[in-house]
Amino acid sequence: MAATSMLRKLFVVLVAYPVALFWLGLLVRHRDRLPLRGPAIVAANHNSHLDILALYSLFPLRAISKVRPAAAADYFLKHRWLAWFSQNVVGIVPVLRGAHAGQDPLAACYTALERGDILILFPEGTRGEAEELAKLKSGIWHLVRRFPDVEVTPVFMSGLGRSMPKGAFIPLPLFVDVYIGKALGYDENKNAFMQQLTDRFLSLRDGHAPNIENTPREGHHAPGTGK
Amino acid sequence: MSDWWMNPLHVGLVGLLCALGFATLFVAWLVFRHPDRSYMELKLRVRTWWVIIAVFIAAMVSSRSIGIAIFGVVSFLAFKEFLTLVPTRRADYRVLMWAYLAIPLQYYWVGVTWYGMFIIFIPVYVFLFLPTRMVMIGETSGFLRAAGTLHWGLMTTVFSLSHIAYLLALPDQAGSAGAVTGAMLVFFLVVLTELNDVAQYVWGKSFGRRKVIPKVSPGKTVAGLLGGTATTTLAAWAMAPWFTPLNEWEALAAGLLIGLTGFVGDVVVSAVKRDIGVKDSGAMLPGHGGILDRLDSLTYTAPLFFHFIYYLHY
Repeated sequence: MAATSMLRKLFVVLVAYPVALFWLGLLVRHRDRLPLRGPAIVAANHNSHLDILALYSLFPLRAISKVRPAAAADYFLKHRWLAWFSQNVVGIVPVLRGAHAGQDPLAACYTALERGDILILFPEGTRGEAEELAKLKSGIWHLVRRFPDVEVTPVFMSGLGRSMPKGAFIPLPLFVDVYIGKALGYDENKNAFMQQLTDRFLSLRDGHAPNIENTPREGHHAPGTGK
Repeated sequence: MSDWWMNPLHVGLVGLLCALGFATLFVAWLVFRHPDRSYMELKLRVRTWWVIIAVFIAAMVSSRSIGIAIFGVVSFLAFKEFLTLVPTRRADYRVLMWAYLAIPLQYYWVGVTWYGMFIIFIPVYVFLFLPTRMVMIGETSGFLRAAGTLHWGLMTTVFSLSHIAYLLALPDQAGSAGAVTGAMLVFFLVVLTELNDVAQYVWGKSFGRRKVIPKVSPGKTVAGLLGGTATTTLAAWAMAPWFTPLNEWEALAAGLLIGLTGFVGDVVVSAVKRDIGVKDSGAMLPGHGGILDRLDSLTYTAPLFFHFIYYLHY
């Protein structure tokens, strides 16, 4: 366990931080809303393999051993080497997609939350079309129903699908926006919960437009002096 | 120790630190005097200036190759910001990768002082290669727009800005007050360009009424342009003997060149931002906006000042 934790820290320091902070460049809004202690759920939109790196890079190194991204078992555990890498280096929590008789697809997620981890979920399920929000899957509600005290923090990332679309292997350097929303609590009504979560994502995506020019523009700003 | 102070570059860098220290104290005084007002933007801006100046000083006092590499990273950040801002076609993913590769190569030519390659690499070879690569992909819809946008970005953020690095690579020359190094030329160019931005703003705020180009940048006034350019010209004349091999008349012309073309660079980037519909080019420099918001004037002054001095003295 200690060795695994060390590998993940190395992965974050040598890969996640440099890729996210130098190669790409993340602009994070409302970083203070990110949970640094578990058990907690971070729900993010999913467009690219870079999403996991970007989300890891949001956390300080001391929190990394608690952060666990949930990822599809059929993809990430496909063969031996990928499985070893996914589980020991990236530290994924495997989720079973599709029908599996007798097995709860979220069993590994329960264990993680019971351990007090910060679980990263991609409720869209798959990477989908670049820069588009797909319909959210309700697995997250089933998870929260079992742990009603655990809050869900929505994170919307924009630009990663453009940087590394499906099928690409090297991320194109581009600045990326990360918006962190307010945490969401459990709701008995499944549809209401899913709708709330979807709305949070959409408002994170559409609500932040501080860089849109207002015409007519008042006073061009210059260096060293006030705007 | 006294030798250290004999170097105009050292005096200049210490002067910059003093000026910024003074600005920091002034802002602290403002905050103290008016506790009811928010000076967040101003505080952020000054704090970011400390970072910019720290990087600039690092580039000035390091070895030549590290200095060149630092300017290469600045080009990388500027080009990245440009590509983030402009619409690109999904088909061009690989072409954009190739465009990035032009950055280390361009700065490598600077590092080995291969002037011939440095001056034609992006305007000729990259200009011809990227459309070739695009044709191989075969997407023709939006072709000209994509090719033109990409080349414009490389010309401003990489080709133009790499002239700052080439100044660093120029051989030492005898000036009227001792040897002139490449770093001194960079100091002269960058400090005057930034001073020009500030001076144009201050003159414009204080006396400006008539607008120069209201359609592009409504904040720009005739008084700002003339007062700023005059200030920059005067400063160029005062600094030139210590930092350049220019004589008095050449120094005045260099100041005029930096003053006027710095203004043009600023409004050209403003026009691009208006075209795209954004206020700032990015958000990597808190209090300033994006890195292109800070480098806009230099995309004009760097190549123009370089060729002015290169033609006259190198």
